[in-house]
Amino acid sequence: MQTSWIPFVPPSASTLSGKVDALYFYLSGVTIFFTLLISGVLIFFVIKYRRRNPYEIPRPVAGSIKLETLWSVIPFIIAMTMFAWGAQIFFEQSRPPSNAVEVYVVGKQWMWKIQHTTGQREINELHVPVGRRIKLVMGTEDVIHDFFIPAFRIKADVVPGRYTTLWFEATKAGRYHLFCAEYCGMNHSGMIGSVVAMEPKDFDEWLSGSSSQQSPAVAGQQIYETLGCASCHGPAGEGRRGPALVGVFAKQVFLNNGQSIKADEAYIRESIVNPQAKLVAGFGPIMPTFQGQVSEEQLMQILAFIKSLQVQTPGPVMAASPVPTPSGVPSAAPAASSTPRTGP
Amino acid sequence: METFVPPVPSRINYINAQYGLKSWLLTKDHKRIALLYLGSISFFFFIGGLYAMAIRLELLTPQADLLQSTTYNKVFTQHGIIMVFFFLIPSIPATLGNFLVPMMIGAKDLAFPRINLLSWYIYMLGGIVTIYALLAGGVDTGWTFYTPFSTTFSNSYVVATGLGIFINGFSSILTGLNFIVTIHTMRAPGMTWFRLPLFIWAHYATSLIMILGTPVIAITILLLAFERVAHIGIFDPAVGGDPVLFQHLFWFYSHPAVYIMVLPGMGIISELIANFSRKNIFGYSFVAFSSLAIAVFGFLVWGHHLFVASQSVYAGMIFSFLSFAVAIPSAIKVFNWTATLYKASISYDTPMLYALGFIGLFTIGGMTGLFLAALAVDVHLSDTYFVVAHFHYIMVGGTLLAYLGGLHYWWPKITGRMYPEGWGRFSALVVFIGFNLTFLPQFILGYMGMPRRYHVYPAEFQVLHVLSTAGASILGVGLLIPLFYLMWSMRYGKVAPGNPWHLPGLEWRTQSPPPTENFDYTPVVTWEAYEFAPPEETEVVGKFHDKVPEKA
Repeated sequence: MQTSWIPFVPPSASTLSGKVDALYFYLSGVTIFFTLLISGVLIFFVIKYRRRNPYEIPRPVAGSIKLETLWSVIPFIIAMTMFAWGAQIFFEQSRPPSNAVEVYVVGKQWMWKIQHTTGQREINELHVPVGRRIKLVMGTEDVIHDFFIPAFRIKADVVPGRYTTLWFEATKAGRYHLFCAEYCGMNHSGMIGSVVAMEPKDFDEWLSGSSSQQSPAVAGQQIYETLGCASCHGPAGEGRRGPALVGVFAKQVFLNNGQSIKADEAYIRESIVNPQAKLVAGFGPIMPTFQGQVSEEQLMQILAFIKSLQVQTPGPVMAASPVPTPSGVPSAAPAASSTPRTGP
Repeated sequence: METFVPPVPSRINYINAQYGLKSWLLTKDHKRIALLYLGSISFFFFIGGLYAMAIRLELLTPQADLLQSTTYNKVFTQHGIIMVFFFLIPSIPATLGNFLVPMMIGAKDLAFPRINLLSWYIYMLGGIVTIYALLAGGVDTGWTFYTPFSTTFSNSYVVATGLGIFINGFSSILTGLNFIVTIHTMRAPGMTWFRLPLFIWAHYATSLIMILGTPVIAITILLLAFERVAHIGIFDPAVGGDPVLFQHLFWFYSHPAVYIMVLPGMGIISELIANFSRKNIFGYSFVAFSSLAIAVFGFLVWGHHLFVASQSVYAGMIFSFLSFAVAIPSAIKVFNWTATLYKASISYDTPMLYALGFIGLFTIGGMTGLFLAALAVDVHLSDTYFVVAHFHYIMVGGTLLAYLGGLHYWWPKITGRMYPEGWGRFSALVVFIGFNLTFLPQFILGYMGMPRRYHVYPAEFQVLHVLSTAGASILGVGLLIPLFYLMWSMRYGKVAPGNPWHLPGLEWRTQSPPPTENFDYTPVVTWEAYEFAPPEETEVVGKFHDKVPEKA
């Protein structure tokens, strides 16, 4: 494992970690200064004004509105600098850049299952290239877990029933700790692994060296066909009795209750496991729930497939290179491989 | 000390007024009930302490050698549940509060003596149910009971433990209710609101939280039990629930619960600082109202436990802002305590040593809270040892030190005997050193990335864990010493006079131990709180200070 040259600080290896450290050092400086100041004054008073004879009664001292105001307002102002600085980094932390490469993460008791968009699967290890923005899309099959990379100063809970995201850009090659930080049962402390940041050329070598597997989008297409989604949504997601899926990802969708919603990961997931929750305008409540029939990993693969339905000729796209296409123009492309079947 | 009136000597007091087990188990005397609580919370503290030692011993090495994962998970869960619900929350209010709230305001008892006794029985019932759950097999969810682990996945005694906490909550509610009514209606003639000792203000604020907050944890536990037993979908998304809803409900109580633990401690510290420096407290009304401000703002910051729990970014920002705001009233208290010492006459008796230790440790606890309120830093620190260290500084460094300080301070009043001063000072020092050695290294561990609730950890964290365990051993010894000498002093200690510290407070104007009715006659209060010298002698120091009030 990498260590840091500053004692008691973990290695700093992402674009964000230096910023978090800077705020941490600011907080440490201010709080240590005031702790020493208060203790110093306290100790000085305790020694200087010690009881010198058992009968002495000191004169009472008048209170002071001015002092009270001063020592309320000054700490408040200092606290607000901390708040603003922390919020500013947090805001950046919480907004994945649009050009980030996605990696899918599924937590389960007690391991991390990871799949790259190119198909490579890993368990308890995450290989990433240095200098490229990575966005983790995370789900869990059972309880709440938490994906924590101390060297990158990031963590996020992985919550059942929803997707959470993390993003980072590694700056230094090396092997770093990966911990589950949310208590998840018996073997919680065994749910650890490492994040391996590699120089881009080493990463490309690693990619080509590891046995390439089916990409999540291809796997998702197969699940799409097996579950009979095609019978309503069309073999290529062009839409029939069910709404079209081509180009729907990240777009506004109008619902039959008059509202509209962004078709993000969470909405698509919900529409699979609980289809009646938010129906698209113009479609009836005919879709059965797939809760329990698809695992979290399969859900993510279906999601990857739906995300890939962005280009003119639908079908799996290997690399995550979103080509901007005019939305809402589903082309009636030739069907992929299977014939439509009736749904389950 | 012209106002001091020596009490009429009387040999009958609340302890020897009646004999026999029945006279204790059916007592309606708030002082006797306080002693019942003192015995029971000490028992639970001892159990919780044994769990703590087991945790620290296991963490000596990076491998699992003393405890395996299943056992370790139960041990830290049960340490948390016992310490939080059965020691820290009732500790000061149910013992010292019960004993002193009526005495300090010049009342004969609490407003509802029977309800007071009932609250102890409810506490014991909750305790017995919880002990049953621990003996039957224990619980492994963490004291936070996060769903869906607790509702769907854990195979341990979740519902039984939850029931124990649920029952126990009612004793908290009844205590709070009793205090509020007592403080409103039973103050002695002349005891106006702004003559109340700050201990009373702190207990008033605490009682508000107890009454308003505790029902929420009761509802939350009930919903958790419904889902676990009847599979009604509330928190588990597999049956249509929302796991984060549980965290909102849980922390809506459990964050204010931290103030249930620490506000009474602050009340004790105000007493100790003023009385052992023979000064009126600096900024009395600011200290009093900061307690109420903490009670109110404390209800608005629960979301800072959810910064990484998929809460919205904007909710995170609001909760971060409010968490910084709630730090200010605590800071005001620390500044006023420090200012009280200016030109004072400071004694180094054991209670004062605890009070000074409290200010130091509470300052560190509060300052490190700023790290956790700052969003980006909290993302890195949440669920690490930094959090563990922070809340132990507040709960142990704060509440426990205040409790021990208060216990020594009022020990002569409660038992009629003095504790041995030399041993008292020595153990206060040992506790202070042991505590810091235990928890300072944990801040560092946390920033280095050591997650909490791990019994197996990477080898690079070992040195700091060994330091922490060494500190815990010293702390353990420091806490055992008072246990022995306090019990010894009940029989062999020097007989205490009515007012061994020569103080003006009402509780010192009666014999030690007090008679069952507390006072031989209803006191009439004609003095301000902490009035050691006549107010007309008040000194105006520097240009900052207010004018001395004209003598009426």
